[in-house]
Amino acid sequence: MTMILGVPLTMFMGQLILGLINGAFYALLSLGLAVIFGLLKIVNFAHGAQYMLGAFTALLGLRYLGLNYWLALLVVPLVVGGLGILTERFFLRRIAHLDDLYGLLMTFGLALIIEGSLANFFGVSGARYPTPESLSGGFQLGFMFLPTYRAWVLVAAIGMCFATWFIIERTRLGSYLRAGTENPMLMQNFGVNMPQLITLTYGFGVALAAFAGVLAAPLYSVSPSMGSNLLIVVFAVVVIGGMGSILGAVITGLAMGLIEGLTKVYYPEAASTVIFVVMAIVLTLRPAGLFGKEA
Amino acid sequence: MKKNNRFILIKRTLTAALVSFMAVSAEAAISNDKVIIGYMDDFNGSYSDLGGPAGLTSIEMAIEDFGGSVNGKPIELISADHRNNPAVGSTIAREWMDEKSVDMITGLTTSSVAIAVTQLVEEKNKFAMVTTGASDSITGKYCTPNHVHWVYDTFAVSDTTARAIVEQGGKSWFLLSADYAFGHAMEAAVEKAVLESGGTIVGKVRHPFPTDDFSSYILQAQASGAQIISLASAGSDLVNAISTAYQFGIPQSGQTMASLLLFLTDTKALGLDVAQGTQFVTGWYWNSDDKNRQWAERFYKRVGRMPTMVHAGDYSAVTTYLKAIEATGSDDPADVRSYMIKHPINDFFSRNGRLREDGRMVHDMYLAKVKAPAESKGEWDLYEILSTIPAEKAFRPLTDSQCKLVNNER
Repeated sequence: MTMILGVPLTMFMGQLILGLINGAFYALLSLGLAVIFGLLKIVNFAHGAQYMLGAFTALLGLRYLGLNYWLALLVVPLVVGGLGILTERFFLRRIAHLDDLYGLLMTFGLALIIEGSLANFFGVSGARYPTPESLSGGFQLGFMFLPTYRAWVLVAAIGMCFATWFIIERTRLGSYLRAGTENPMLMQNFGVNMPQLITLTYGFGVALAAFAGVLAAPLYSVSPSMGSNLLIVVFAVVVIGGMGSILGAVITGLAMGLIEGLTKVYYPEAASTVIFVVMAIVLTLRPAGLFGKEA
Repeated sequence: MKKNNRFILIKRTLTAALVSFMAVSAEAAISNDKVIIGYMDDFNGSYSDLGGPAGLTSIEMAIEDFGGSVNGKPIELISADHRNNPAVGSTIAREWMDEKSVDMITGLTTSSVAIAVTQLVEEKNKFAMVTTGASDSITGKYCTPNHVHWVYDTFAVSDTTARAIVEQGGKSWFLLSADYAFGHAMEAAVEKAVLESGGTIVGKVRHPFPTDDFSSYILQAQASGAQIISLASAGSDLVNAISTAYQFGIPQSGQTMASLLLFLTDTKALGLDVAQGTQFVTGWYWNSDDKNRQWAERFYKRVGRMPTMVHAGDYSAVTTYLKAIEATGSDDPADVRSYMIKHPINDFFSRNGRLREDGRMVHDMYLAKVKAPAESKGEWDLYEILSTIPAEKAFRPLTDSQCKLVNNER
């Protein structure tokens, strides 16, 4: 059996695939954060809670409205994105003229309120969201058994990242957004409704988080704290990638997933800290992040 | 006449002196004329359902049932969330004992917090009753004369089950454990039980606490080819691990998951379809007899769900503490503890219970099995009790103890 640094090749391959899947997940989440920060300069600390809301809405939708998984993938991001739009319109816009720090504090406060209220009503143990029939089971790859659902998560996450990149870099709407961040006044004078664009962008970032939440529901127990554990890691990914860079968020997300996955094999006790070690190293050598724009 | 007056004066002075002396001694018996109990647990994290805020309700019930006061002195209850962090727990404990005159601290989920706080409690000469925390080192290496361990411990839940599983044919084991005091203690107890009964350990891995994504560790467990994959994790970690194992097809492939520390709340979260058939040891089950059902129904009315063994244990521990104060007239830790050691502990929670000199409260434990969905007649009718493990057999024997309070020849 071929060994790589003491680990059998089959195990190595299996962990790489799992790492890639996790990485795609990180990429999707950090994409939402990067879009919101890059274009709105808001540090959205509510991102974890919004991801959790996506999972919770899917769960409650299934329980009380019979909303199946596929419909949930479509409907839930719209619903939670709508909540995001309301949040921007009634909360964030009022402090937009202040220092970035206030946006961070406000979104952090909102996150605590959302998580606390749900924990109060539902407890913390979490509930199971059943894997949809069409995606249950798995493939025997030889070196590992890959659940179908995880393969789907990889495809869906990468697909959504690509779609987002396409919208922002290749469409007119995206170009308005990019121009709007550089010079909002000019865009306003050209007749583009900047406040509306900002609101919609925040809603879109939140919808991305909720989409990730629905993807996560069958994977992990749906609990009010599922977002807070993940958020700090996602922030680290965004910081490593560079706060404004969308491509950076995706590539870094995938890379960090891989690194974390390999750490789990060679030194599992460090699995929860390795990403922060990387962050510390990157910030020392390249303070703007790997793909960051400000030098 | 003068002689008479002097005599009366002396009599009065002596009476006054005697009365004030008595008043002073009565005051020294129950410190500050109040009994203050502090409940410190996990209110929001992975362990908040198995113990947490509902444990506070148990203690409130205990205090109410006791009458709200002991020997005429009021009982006060305060609580705090230690967030599974020993540093936070220690800070709270220090403040409680130094500034708020707390007499007894209970709850203490997360073994690392329990150990940190009980060391402090010894330093300040107060009392602690660990109900939620798990590690058997709490009455082993880290025992003190100022605390007791009430409900269960890692040895009690793993030793009997592990041996039973090896005897049933599960010889090769893979151990997946939480990487902190509790997980380490359980890993050690399982390893010893498996090796002593003729099994083998083919692999071990420790995961950070808490962990959401168990896919990598489950993959390693699968690859090891072990017949039995044992989980030394609790609360939401355990639920995630088992769900992941299910997704990766482990039960269907012939490997068996041994969930050693399983709480009622975990089973509910997993669902009977996933958890059915799991065998484990528990300290108490709400539906096992009328006495338990009666108490559980009262709890249910206040909390909205059925109690775990920890919730029942909280009630039992506090009631026993108050009884000890009432009987001895003192809340001094040494007096309370020696009363508990001398008197058997028999209530709805603890059957054949007694407090050992190492602080371990030993009581009957129960081997249980999770029911199949078809067998369950109610939302919380989740377990079948297979057999009783007598108190003296269930816990680590004193001859094997590392506790400094036990005289062992080593």
